[in-house]
Amino acid sequence: MTSATAPRTAPGTAPGERRAGTAAPVFTGIGVAAPNGLGTRDWWRATLAGESGIRPVSRFDASGYPATLAGEVPGFDAEARIPNRLLPQTDHMTRLALAAAEEALADSGADVGQAPDLTAGVATAASAGGFEFGQRELQALWSKGGQYVSAYQSFAWFYAVNAGQISIKHGLGGPSGVLVTEQAGGLDAVAQARRHLRKGSRLIVTGGVDGAVCPWGWTAQLTGGRMTTVADPAAAYLPFDAAASGHVPGEGGAILVLEAEAAARERGARTYGAFAGYAATFDPPPGSGGEPGLRRAIELALADAGTAPQAVDVVFADAAGVPSLDRAEAAAIRAVFGARAVPVTAPKTMTGRLQAGAGSLDLAAALLSIRDGVLPPTVNVRPDPGHGLDLVTSAREHPVRTALVLARGQGGFNAATVVTAAGS
Amino acid sequence: MTLAELTALLRECAGEDEGVDLDGDTLDTPLAELKYDSLAVLQTAGRIECDYGIRLSDDAVAEAHTPRLLLDFINESLAESRAQAAA
Repeated sequence: MTSATAPRTAPGTAPGERRAGTAAPVFTGIGVAAPNGLGTRDWWRATLAGESGIRPVSRFDASGYPATLAGEVPGFDAEARIPNRLLPQTDHMTRLALAAAEEALADSGADVGQAPDLTAGVATAASAGGFEFGQRELQALWSKGGQYVSAYQSFAWFYAVNAGQISIKHGLGGPSGVLVTEQAGGLDAVAQARRHLRKGSRLIVTGGVDGAVCPWGWTAQLTGGRMTTVADPAAAYLPFDAAASGHVPGEGGAILVLEAEAAARERGARTYGAFAGYAATFDPPPGSGGEPGLRRAIELALADAGTAPQAVDVVFADAAGVPSLDRAEAAAIRAVFGARAVPVTAPKTMTGRLQAGAGSLDLAAALLSIRDGVLPPTVNVRPDPGHGLDLVTSAREHPVRTALVLARGQGGFNAATVVTAAGS
Repeated sequence: MTLAELTALLRECAGEDEGVDLDGDTLDTPLAELKYDSLAVLQTAGRIECDYGIRLSDDAVAEAHTPRLLLDFINESLAESRAQAAA
């Protein structure tokens, strides 16, 4: 075992860490469950076509709530996609995560699951755990009594449940865990995967699939004060627009397979791109007047990647849709790149904000932008010129070798990730 | 309780592994081979407790490694419960 704190070049460093540390890890598999498409192919086609998945909530009756729109994953048949033994013990968002993980692993062509594999692990992100499952069981508790609560409540509503279920289902016996940093988690989890690879793992299934479209989740998110109450799906979630009024929440996200570069090369894997740089920062205390941490996260991530701002071909924005947060993000982007100097996009305008799933889905979009040379659009938004951003409002042909993905989590979390074309 | 009734409850409470034939002769097949772990059995036992108004000791449930042992224990508990009710 290698020490988590040992510098990579120190004597005693595990051979795997030295080998894996010589090149940035690479993405070899993508699995998607998104409100505008289930499965990578459907989602990416819809995304480039500007098709939104934001609609009135259907998973429960939201008509009595101030916010009535959500991004819900369409056409998900749990009975067909999830082993029967797992149905009584999984929340809806865990089922989506299992489907995405299966797609990602199949896409990667990696050889896993034959035997307990200590070199392959899981690092996921979560913001709330299985709220819909938890609500049902808590209702059973107070309405009928403790003996009516499912034994599976013991883990089904935990933050770490997706990591655990993916690990068990695919025989991934290596390091396994969960990051909880609200929306920044979808990037932070992938950085955790990189740490595991540097310490000797060969493959980590990572990313986030999240969602709490149920009365309990809804109430909890409403108290955050950032949800829009606009009921028109085309006018509700408008980041960087003068009419921004908050966000629409959604369910889903992406699961990615991140491999040590040498391991991927040895098995001749197709790679989507490299995880070239990353940083996380924390905001100063509210009301302190300090600058938010996002600019610093961007600069540190670029430095980590050894990338100059001029080399970045596109920025996937956090896109809060809250005017003050949009201003802060635009200011951070301008401070690093200059005004209107880099294309900025927010395909999450088609999905809603997916909590811990958002950053991972944006990473998937960044990787496919690299593959296809096209930037997905930010829909419905008329950019407020005051932000000084080159906002991509319709799909744009544009060669991409380097993409920057941003995510902010409520509570002060900032994360920035640089992905590059393989071999960059 | 019969094997068929127990099997139906296991299916409902804990699902059914795609590689297992629950309708075959499973009376003496270890529950683990039927892909039911301790939590699956605990969940099913909890359901039986609610449906039949009895208490099943967790330790005794955990020691019942086959449907036959589990049924024996459940039926003993049901008989005791009926005897107490009649007394």
